[in-house]
Amino acid sequence: MSVLDEVAARPTEERRRRRYLFDRERVLGPALLLPAVLYLVAVVGYPLVLAILYAFSDVTTGSQTLHLVGWSTFRSAIDDPVFGTALRNSFLFTAISQACVVVLSTVLAFVLTQDFRGKWFFRFLVLLPWTTPVALSAVIWLWMLDSIFSPFNWLLVKLHVLSPGGHVVWLGGEHLAISSVIALQTWRILPLATVIVMAGLSSIPQDIRDATEVDGARFWRRTFQIDLPLLAPVILVAVLFGIVFTFADMAVIFILTGGAPGNGTQVLASWAFYKGINGGNLAVGAADAVFMFPVLLALAAIVLRFARRSEVG
Amino acid sequence: MAVVETRDLRKHFGDTHAVDGIDLATAEGEYLVLLGPSGCGKTTLLRVIAGLEQPTEGDVLIGGRVVTGLPPRARKIAMVFQSYALYPHKTVYKNIVFPLGAQGVPRGEWDAKVNWAADVLGIRPLLQRKPRQLSGGERQRVALARALVRDPHVFLLDEPLSNLDAKLRAAAREDLKEFQQRVGITTIYVTHDQIEAMGLGDRIAVLNAGQVQQVGTPQDIYDRPQNTFVATFVGSPPMNLLDRDGTLVGFRPEAFLPGALVGDAPGRLTLDFHVVRAEYLGSDRYVYGTVPAIDPESRVIAKLPSTVTTPIDGDTVVPFAIAGANLHFFDATTGERTAAERVP
Repeated sequence: MSVLDEVAARPTEERRRRRYLFDRERVLGPALLLPAVLYLVAVVGYPLVLAILYAFSDVTTGSQTLHLVGWSTFRSAIDDPVFGTALRNSFLFTAISQACVVVLSTVLAFVLTQDFRGKWFFRFLVLLPWTTPVALSAVIWLWMLDSIFSPFNWLLVKLHVLSPGGHVVWLGGEHLAISSVIALQTWRILPLATVIVMAGLSSIPQDIRDATEVDGARFWRRTFQIDLPLLAPVILVAVLFGIVFTFADMAVIFILTGGAPGNGTQVLASWAFYKGINGGNLAVGAADAVFMFPVLLALAAIVLRFARRSEVG
Repeated sequence: MAVVETRDLRKHFGDTHAVDGIDLATAEGEYLVLLGPSGCGKTTLLRVIAGLEQPTEGDVLIGGRVVTGLPPRARKIAMVFQSYALYPHKTVYKNIVFPLGAQGVPRGEWDAKVNWAADVLGIRPLLQRKPRQLSGGERQRVALARALVRDPHVFLLDEPLSNLDAKLRAAAREDLKEFQQRVGITTIYVTHDQIEAMGLGDRIAVLNAGQVQQVGTPQDIYDRPQNTFVATFVGSPPMNLLDRDGTLVGFRPEAFLPGALVGDAPGRLTLDFHVVRAEYLGSDRYVYGTVPAIDPESRVIAKLPSTVTTPIDGDTVVPFAIAGANLHFFDATTGERTAAERVP
């Protein structure tokens, strides 16, 4: 080949190399990951860093400048008496609603994997809350729990639990309001948990079911010795999702109770919003919110580790 | 120990007749193998006998008692599944103990029974392991121990060797046979592998399309196949079948030998074998060709042991012969066995 030919051949060589560029793992991998990484950095990473930065500063919604003030924002956040209530409520709401979710979703999953007439319609009904936006379902519940128009009150009157004209102020008293919030959180998370447990149930091999039947196990023994232990990792995954969704949720409180009565139903997420956005004290609001971060991180780590250990091979 | 019997047993899934009128009875303590291609209904039949499926029609009897409507636990059976179906979260000990607990055996007797079953199968050192820490062969033994521990009257085994590699399978086959002879429990064994069936079974029931094609000892099945399905399903390579005016003439590849080797056997049939090609397989040599004197269309295979050193090349005509006793005749339309004929 002459020198001239070689020069003429070079562009084709170049083009060929470019054509196979995406066949190289070191190019294709990062290229495919890039959009997800950009997305996470923009909508998760950046706000997280910003929140931590705010928590160590004196920033307000009106301020133009930002001064780092160390731990003093955290001190004033903790010194607020509502903080204690919000912290307690965050754990209380999450713990009780998720305990209910574990029991109910497992029972529902068992029921919904049986064969019966109208199964598909029943499944659809159970899964419906998951398709409704949180804000919308909270508004619906707001009406359901209204002190005058509540259908629950009507039902209780019809059942003669309440005297005619009597009514329960569902969102009035602190205990009733707390119970209502927990009920709504349970109702909201239940469909997802049920779907996850149903997937787990259907992944138990038919041979194992047959073996328990041949071995002579009846319902309780089969459920507690075979099904539930095999489902445990899956149930834990459902609980992890439930905890994260409940613990970090502010929409339910915001719409349903607004933290009332008093500040009796505030949780960390809603309190951070009221303090930081409504109250204008961005720094303290951010500090309140940052308190959720280590809790969620630790929960996620614990549950994931436990799930891996109890995984069956 | 008990006799298992099925009476006109049928299991239909919609239009599919998985089990289509099966009458079958084991003998006391017998090792009966259900052999057939996949989809022939053998596993469904086993599941109906176990009580995991309800038959569409017909009855299952165990020990002379009709058990058709009873759940598996009331049938005194034990089943070993293809996947072994060990409980993955339980130790070997707890796997074996599970049926005892489920059947209300007093806790005090558990240890003795588990140890006995573990000793029979030689898995005492594995009792504290989890199934995932066991090899395929060990899992099979655990599954057998779990089945054995509750004194079943009948063992039902569903392709228990199919998950093992070839080498282990041969060893496990030997173990299974020895195990069954020791415990003497009536066993029904499902397989699609004819070598397993021939090696293990006291009798074999060959199934196809949900029906029993033939029941008999391995020798019966091989030497006197009742129809062309059995003749071609059992044996490798399958029996040669040549069409001769509405009658199929059958002979096994290993019975078709160079003329000199057959000698003066009674009813000897000598044929010109038009060889197309020969295949050397180490222990055997397969010779492919046709026999135009009977049926120029059908391909014929001869299987010569490596001890036969007669040189045979492609595109030659070699005189081959079959002893009269090795000839089989079938009706070409029904496929059923017919009386011997004279073949020129």
